[in-house]
Amino acid sequence: MDTFTQIVIAAISSGTPLLFAALGGILIERSGIIQLGAEGIMLLGAVISCMTFIQTGSLPLALLAVAGISIALGLVHAFMTVTLRANQTVSGLAMTLFGTGLSAYLGKSVAGTPVPGSVPKLDLDFLDGVPFLGDVFGHLNVLTWFSFALVVVLHLFIHRTSWGLHLRAIGDNPATADVMGIRVQTFRYGYVIAGTILIGLAGADMLLAYSPTWTEGMTAGRGWIAVALIIFARWNPIRALLCAYFFGAMDTIGFKIQLIGSEIPSYFLKMIPYIVTILVLMYLGWRSRNKLSGTPQSLGLPYIREQRF
Amino acid sequence: MSNPQAAATPPLEPAETPGRRWSYRIEIDPAGAGNPWWVTPLSILLALLLCGVFIAANGMNPMTVYAKMVNGAFGSSFGITETLVKAIPLLLCGIGVAIAYRISVWNIGAEGQFLVGAVAATAVTIWFPGLPIYGTIPLMVVFAIAAGGIWGLLTAIPRTYFQVNELVTSLMLNYVAILLLDYFVFGPWKDPKGFNFPGTPMFNEAQTLPALGDTRLHLGLAFALFAVVLYGLLVKYTKWGYELRLIGANPEAAKNAGIPIKRHILLVMLISGGLAGLAGMAEVSGVSHRLMYGISPGYGYTAIIVAWLAKLNPAGLVVSAVLFGGLIVGGYSVQTIGLPSSISNMIQGAILFFLIAGGMLGKFRLRRNA
Repeated sequence: MDTFTQIVIAAISSGTPLLFAALGGILIERSGIIQLGAEGIMLLGAVISCMTFIQTGSLPLALLAVAGISIALGLVHAFMTVTLRANQTVSGLAMTLFGTGLSAYLGKSVAGTPVPGSVPKLDLDFLDGVPFLGDVFGHLNVLTWFSFALVVVLHLFIHRTSWGLHLRAIGDNPATADVMGIRVQTFRYGYVIAGTILIGLAGADMLLAYSPTWTEGMTAGRGWIAVALIIFARWNPIRALLCAYFFGAMDTIGFKIQLIGSEIPSYFLKMIPYIVTILVLMYLGWRSRNKLSGTPQSLGLPYIREQRF
Repeated sequence: MSNPQAAATPPLEPAETPGRRWSYRIEIDPAGAGNPWWVTPLSILLALLLCGVFIAANGMNPMTVYAKMVNGAFGSSFGITETLVKAIPLLLCGIGVAIAYRISVWNIGAEGQFLVGAVAATAVTIWFPGLPIYGTIPLMVVFAIAAGGIWGLLTAIPRTYFQVNELVTSLMLNYVAILLLDYFVFGPWKDPKGFNFPGTPMFNEAQTLPALGDTRLHLGLAFALFAVVLYGLLVKYTKWGYELRLIGANPEAAKNAGIPIKRHILLVMLISGGLAGLAGMAEVSGVSHRLMYGISPGYGYTAIIVAWLAKLNPAGLVVSAVLFGGLIVGGYSVQTIGLPSSISNMIQGAILFFLIAGGMLGKFRLRRNA
């Protein structure tokens, strides 16, 4: 296996949580709601999946528990932003702070205990002989395959179905959508909850497939990188896949440099993903300074039916 | 009530809903300027209630735990000084966050600015070990403010010239700052006689901030109080403060009035970062007397809630800094009965949640649909 193949494999494995979180974020932000709570939701998803898995020994139950807590968190965020019309930035920030604290509090009992199993792998034996594809796709776990499927489904959903058209409409111009008879508030609730489930799944994937022991604050800013990914991907699921793997590669490239015996201390190599995030955002900002960036046009604005803009 | 003719021509009056139901709508209250005073205490109470559920889930009586926390933070003279010691960095960072939020800039990078301030202050002790106290302390202050300020600018420059959301940038920089600190305390600055403890050697007499009597309170308290008074006066009585308030109230009007918004953002982030950096200096020089791994229990993040609870008001900042300082100390004190100290982080997050929700109460009114 050459180095390039190894990097691709590692990029997919560390990029998958980012991909789930970014897809969830895209769904939420397409409906016009900012979601900055990804870090906290991912942490809670990770800790809940870890606790349930250790308690019951059942992976499906662990994933169900994550879905449960994500629905609750999504409901809270939707209630705050859609019904109460609170500042969406602060609501997300509060979710991150609360999630970080609560996950550390809950996770104390399972910290350091590895989960009793792993996500089943889909062995495609017929690929074994094929040079590159066999190594990359031969033994991926089911969650990764699910993420591939999700990218395709979401892409088709957003761009090719009438529901997707409604989703884009309530994100771009909720008043018009309302006049067309689309229930803006109901759909926003739905998409916020659906997206939050995906972000929670991102945390579960991080714990179950990427690093199978709970440690406090284990996502280390990945929720925020996912928030940035949404901007890189210009709210498009397919581009989100590419960007997530690019960041997955940034995550692993530090290890690779260390392995070839570089003198650079590992601390600086670990900074790469964070610094690259800022630099890419700056590049995008520079490139799209006079253009539309693909942002849903009503992103962050509460929709109040009785109010005329 | 409906007849065929009315359906054919659009009715002038809105059609009456069949079978009147109790339905409500939320609308903007034209008279809603502020919140009644009891919203804030109620929010805190509800947050404590929510967290009580989680404490009970852990098999503890929430009332006992809260009583222990209050007792640990405010019940003894040791507890009170400890609370004030924690309030110092919270107040300094909180002023920083508040001043940036005045013009709607979200500085959630106070944590990183705090850490680089601590690193820069420690750099002075490593590079100029022999200086007398009158040289070292001012130099440490200058280094820390400069480092924190530069860290703040790293957030402000992408925001002003590249339209990059400052939330993401400032948070990314927090992680970079943590790694930078880890590099120094695990690497070149590690105490050779420290039995592998990830920290620098202890500072000498000339490098520590003078303590108040024989308590753990230090001169940093004076820095923080000075900063908060200055903040109050500058925002209220200067042209600069007026411009900040104008940008905060209506950025479009401020722009049309010719106020250089970009320059204000840069300056405000420089100040905000500088204050957090100063807090980092006060912490290493006044409390831990060395730079070490995990020096901040999340002061920068708590500062966001401090600023929000205080509604950016200077006196409110002091009160909420002391309150959250007490929360951190209380969190430590329940460790003795087997609860993790992260309980205080959980409570902080919950308080912010309820504050936001409560903050919306005054802006809207509930009306029954006719």
